[in-house]
Amino acid sequence: MTTPILSAEQLSATTLLRFATAGSVDDGKSTLVGRLLHDSKSVLTDQLEAVEQASLSRGQDAPDLALLTDGLRAEREQGITIDVAYRYFATARRRFILADTPGHVQYTRNMVTGASTAELAVVLVDARNGVVEQTRRHAAVAALLRVPHVVLAVNKMDLVDYAEPVFAAIAEEFTAYAASLGVPEITAIPISALAGDNVVEPSAHMDWYGGPTVLEHLETVPVSHDLTACHARFPVQYVIRPQSAEHPDYRGYAGQIAAGAFRVGESVSVLPSGRTTTITGIDALGESVDIAWAPQSVTLRLADDIDISRGDLIAPAVDAPPVTQDVEATVCHVADQPLSVGQRVLLKHTTRTVKAIVKDIPSRLTLDDLSQHPAPGQLVANDIGRVVVRTAEPLALDAYADSRRTGSFLLIDPADGTTLSAGMAGASFAAVAEAGGSAADDAEWDF
Amino acid sequence: MSAVTTVPEGTVNPYALSHLDSLESEAVHIFREVAGEFERPVILFSGGKDSIVMLHLALKAFAPAPVPFTLLHVDTGHNFPEVLDYRDRTVEKHGLRLHVASVQEYIDAGKLRERPDGTRNPLQTVPLTEAIQQHRFDAVFGGGRRDEEKARAKERVFSLRDEFSQWDPRRQRPELWQLYNGRHAPGEHVRVFPISNWTELDVWQYIEREGIELPEIYFAHEREVFNRNGMWLTAGHWGGPKDHEVTETRLVRYRTVGDMSCTGAVDSDATTLDAVITEIAASRLTERGATRADDKMSEAAMEDRKREGYF
Repeated sequence: MTTPILSAEQLSATTLLRFATAGSVDDGKSTLVGRLLHDSKSVLTDQLEAVEQASLSRGQDAPDLALLTDGLRAEREQGITIDVAYRYFATARRRFILADTPGHVQYTRNMVTGASTAELAVVLVDARNGVVEQTRRHAAVAALLRVPHVVLAVNKMDLVDYAEPVFAAIAEEFTAYAASLGVPEITAIPISALAGDNVVEPSAHMDWYGGPTVLEHLETVPVSHDLTACHARFPVQYVIRPQSAEHPDYRGYAGQIAAGAFRVGESVSVLPSGRTTTITGIDALGESVDIAWAPQSVTLRLADDIDISRGDLIAPAVDAPPVTQDVEATVCHVADQPLSVGQRVLLKHTTRTVKAIVKDIPSRLTLDDLSQHPAPGQLVANDIGRVVVRTAEPLALDAYADSRRTGSFLLIDPADGTTLSAGMAGASFAAVAEAGGSAADDAEWDF
Repeated sequence: MSAVTTVPEGTVNPYALSHLDSLESEAVHIFREVAGEFERPVILFSGGKDSIVMLHLALKAFAPAPVPFTLLHVDTGHNFPEVLDYRDRTVEKHGLRLHVASVQEYIDAGKLRERPDGTRNPLQTVPLTEAIQQHRFDAVFGGGRRDEEKARAKERVFSLRDEFSQWDPRRQRPELWQLYNGRHAPGEHVRVFPISNWTELDVWQYIEREGIELPEIYFAHEREVFNRNGMWLTAGHWGGPKDHEVTETRLVRYRTVGDMSCTGAVDSDATTLDAVITEIAASRLTERGATRADDKMSEAAMEDRKREGYF
């Protein structure tokens, strides 16, 4: 692919897609990432030269493309990716932020980190091995984090003679499995990252495949959601009050719209107090507008001078979330120190941080064998489990299934500030899938 | 700025934000988080394009109120006069307060020693970290971008630094959703990178869209330069050229601004923003590869400097 030179106007009209990759060590993830970066002109001459030099000095004949992405000394020394790295590339249609996440099971927390902001996840599978344990883990994390779009990239098709039945069997097995976990949209693509089949260019070896290439799919997948179906949510971040000669009475509530849209004239509730008022103005970074939507950062002005501060949530009066001090959630534990029943923690939800106590840990899912353990007592690094937390102050909390932004939270160690766990409020994904009518035949998943 | 969005052709959903609007919204969110959670934040401001964009975003984030942060410049003593002039005009224009930490003063006082290669970039770390301690800054905004360099690609948006300002890449807090954890002990601080997710091209496009003024050295002009290790350095009081190096006049511009001893100019006839953007979009070199000598010192030069407290 040659990269056309675009005018500034064409460039700025593009949209942004955030996506994450997941794959086991030898599934060819680096090769896929390398090819996407390379073919979109995102690897520049001096970076390639640096990689070539480094590879030579290590005694390797060919440039090791993993050195492009392994940015830390320790990663290069050990030849493995330890931490999430963010990559940037662009085509004429779209800009991409890629969260390049390590594949090792002990780095599940890194995939959770990458997937938390992703609108799409690419799960790689080796065509020779098909769906393996690690594939199930990646599907589970994508489902848990509610990544809206999942791509199954069946890689190394060149090593199975580009055979359609091989691809079809893997795609069918994965799709059935992921759908049972509640993954809403799955696109399966047969590729060879090494040979370049169906990554950027359509493959000459697989006439039987009529779908998009990986890049084509990334370029066209929708990134914004149907706002009419979203509950509008606005966490107050900061109160803007210039008190200047020019703006003596200006009082604006600054924040980033977490979900849905807000309009001037709309009646809104302020939570947790429950007071009601009307939006009199919306300032979108210097411009007055009638409507604003997620994820715009704006400032709302309200009709009544009521007591509102950082941590409050503004929502339409007709569609306000419930307020609670008892949080039931699935968490992924991301710290080295454990999380135990009875532990005092801080809970950060949107712009509000409150004291909390872990009342119960009803179950733990071990990603190694996908088995469920009741009442584990504590969670350790990379564990995923159900928790019950009691907070010192009421929270306006949505189910994560309804709103990723207002249904998510962090648990923080009050002693040293460590981020302990990533929380997703509400029922587990399998239960939600059941409620949604999907066949959740795997009872193990109801943890 | 298009709050009532310009709908890109072929886009089905009118509520899709352009990539610049998404990046702007995210950066503003980060500024406001810091304003809401920290006591004494400061913006590192060098007069370079990334810090100029940061300041512009901060101005928008709190309008019509003033920016609730002070500025800090680490002056290497070898800065471009045009950039220092721009810095002072900008501070004046927005009624801001500027702290300056001076590498030259540290050298004069015998607290830092000039390096044999004359490069002062690595010498910035000590004045920076001491200024942070002295003013008890608890959040320090930097214009670092993850696309600049492979160690920076690993850095969090909120990056906790210990009491010695050190970065430990293996002990970073996972950063989930848009929930930034800024908890820190007294003496520690958090480096904050609101434009982490921007690329060089994004920065230029945003400058054009917002009509932001820049120091003129970013645009093509005739300049007395000499070649050292393949880079065009500006002749001047900082110590160049040496005896065997020959000065010539060339049509050049800068892609980054920094210490004159290690920031190279590129041959260019781009005198407008449009021309600069066209040039960058077609370039086969990264901005640091093209113009920064200090990153070429070793494979882990940036990681090592960051561990010590560099931005």
